[in-house]
Amino acid sequence: MSGTFVGMPVFPPPAHPAFPQAAHEAVNNPTLRGNLRHATHTIRAKRAKAVAEVSDWAELREAGKRIKDHTLLHLDRYLEQVEESVTAAGGIVHWAADADEANRIVAGLVKETGESEVVKVKSMATQEIGLNEALEAEGIRAYETDLAELIVQLGKDRPSHILVPAIHRNRGEIRDIFTREMSEWGRPAPEGLTDTPAELAEAARLHLREKFLRAKVGISGANFVVAETGTLVVVESEGNGRMCLTLPETLISVVGIEKIVPTWRDLEVFLQTLPRSSTAERMNPYTSTWTGTTDEDGPKTFHLVLLDNGRSDTLADEVGRQALRCIRCSACLNVCPVYERAGGHAYGSVYPGPIGAILSPQLRGTASEIDASLPYASSLCGACYEVCPVAIDIPEVLVHLRERVVQGGPVTREGNKVVLKPAKGHAAERAAMRAARWAFARPGALRTGQRLASRTRRFHPRTLPGPGGAWSDTRDLPPVPAEPFRDWWQRTQGQNGGNGDRGAAK
Amino acid sequence: MSSRERILGRVRRALAAAPQDDMPFEQAFSRDYLREHGERGVEQTVDLLAENLADYRAIVHRCTAADLAATIAGMLAARGSKTVVVPTGLDPGWLAEAETEQVPDRAESTPQELDRVDSVVTACAVAIAETGTIVLDGGPDQGRRRITLVPDHHICVVRVPDQVVSSVPQALERLDPARPLTWISGPSATSDIELDRVEGVHGPRTLEVVLVDGQASTEVTT
Ligand code: SF4
Repeated sequence: MSGTFVGMPVFPPPAHPAFPQAAHEAVNNPTLRGNLRHATHTIRAKRAKAVAEVSDWAELREAGKRIKDHTLLHLDRYLEQVEESVTAAGGIVHWAADADEANRIVAGLVKETGESEVVKVKSMATQEIGLNEALEAEGIRAYETDLAELIVQLGKDRPSHILVPAIHRNRGEIRDIFTREMSEWGRPAPEGLTDTPAELAEAARLHLREKFLRAKVGISGANFVVAETGTLVVVESEGNGRMCLTLPETLISVVGIEKIVPTWRDLEVFLQTLPRSSTAERMNPYTSTWTGTTDEDGPKTFHLVLLDNGRSDTLADEVGRQALRCIRCSACLNVCPVYERAGGHAYGSVYPGPIGAILSPQLRGTASEIDASLPYASSLCGACYEVCPVAIDIPEVLVHLRERVVQGGPVTREGNKVVLKPAKGHAAERAAMRAARWAFARPGALRTGQRLASRTRRFHPRTLPGPGGAWSDTRDLPPVPAEPFRDWWQRTQGQNGGNGDRGAAK
Repeated sequence: MSSRERILGRVRRALAAAPQDDMPFEQAFSRDYLREHGERGVEQTVDLLAENLADYRAIVHRCTAADLAATIAGMLAARGSKTVVVPTGLDPGWLAEAETEQVPDRAESTPQELDRVDSVVTACAVAIAETGTIVLDGGPDQGRRRITLVPDHHICVVRVPDQVVSSVPQALERLDPARPLTWISGPSATSDIELDRVEGVHGPRTLEVVLVDGQASTEVTT
């Protein structure tokens, strides 16, 4: 819904409290909750309609899953192919093992151009690594060009917890912010600006246009990178993406290593499933593809920064690696009863909602309280799996990560195999328990019979009789955990006298 | 060790235990999904394109090849455009009746200069009926990417039926990945202010698509 980068809303870098504490703000703010509810329910209904329009949705979903799985299982080969094809097309490829290295590379590239400002199209990878802050520290000003981000930036504010990052601002407030602040940042707001959305959008258009027209360096992410051709793809709505991709002389794209698809043809799957899953459109307003540089059209210099930052560690986990299939459509957020109540901030990462609950603890490890609590920020209702266009079995990964938190065991961190200690008796366990209570013990999170069924199947043997059998086509049921989640939950709940919220106030 | 080696090493170790199959990608799975949705004749496909373009708030015109110049001239006049950017390979006949001053698409033009131009007229590479999408590939009759981005009014001519396909898979078959592509489905839009959809933030706020009938494929190739 957020206008630019079709897909997930972007949130600021880690908030530190564990899951349920961070949710309090959203829960206690009725306006925010109302808006969030309205947004998720609207987009949910629209998505269902957009998906129903294509009779082969199940086949597209299966193909998307297989293409991504195949790519991940041969990722070394495809990474080398990307390097080769992008280089052959005139691009320059850089490799960044972690966030710091990626930030250093980008800052260095901007400095080489002699520029001190860049225009940015919103991207989750650059938010994940905290690029804007890193550039700021180097004296480089990064202008986010998405309308919602502009409202937030001018309002000296943080994106709110929700699908549309600026939804906590109503039109009157936006008018006031524009009138007051735009002159500080560049072109002032027009005289007599009213609060109609069209006029506000016009004011933003004029204000940002000045920055686009003079920009010499653009920074983007990418939705897809095609290995065989070296093509990058950006899917968006507002057109600020096109501005950043075509007007500057230098373009720097920071892209996670999991964004690769093998062939040009594979886009036929994702360009059908992504817009329908994301903004519930047949097609988003603008999609740009580019292959290296083109003579006299667009940037003369193109840099691709391939980012690992925990992805190869995630790949090492047989169950967890499916999270790398994610195409960041945000459909799982919009159907999640926990997200709807908790809001995006509660997840303590740029990746909110169900995907955040399985991705962040894998990218960052489960050492912190927030990351240990995230796998519990779910009622395992299964709605996220049902809507996921690449069939990520989020509940399966959640259960797997819960086991890891509770029992410890071997994991890979920064390429090294390490053995995690069980969380039992530690702060992480208490944080996890509070998250579990929050997500699990409230009625709203558990409603609808069908979802309840898909939840309980997690604790059943691999073969499912009756209607549940339909699931087994696209999934392997996980074995019953050594300590079933519910037992664990009851045990820890018992230990704490059944009052997790008290424990949270520390 | 370079970061390249480090990352590739980590990836290889991560996959060491994974089942190795050397089956070529295209044999590894079957593409069971449809090449297009539903069965339509040529005319119905063009109708669907018109319908879906309009559904995403593009303004759709239909005319014959003989009327094209008059149609375009009428659109520019109705808009009150004083200047129009023209790709170098555009059929000059298309603008023969327009009184609007023509600005050629040139490498030297600055974005600021383009910002002062009222309209742009281009052809397209392919149009997709099921999604109401037009795709530009930077060919001589479409010009540089920025000319369809900075001016506020874009007139795009689609030669029907030969430039129209039903579906996304069919469109990708026709497109050359080496060229920079812009897929356009309606004018740009945002819902960032109280979830109200507003047309046009940064791209052209008015997109007019002319479906021109009965014109044989032109000699413009890329
Ligand atoms: S996990 Fe699936 S549904 Fe959620 S954002 Fe990723 S692709 Fe979309």
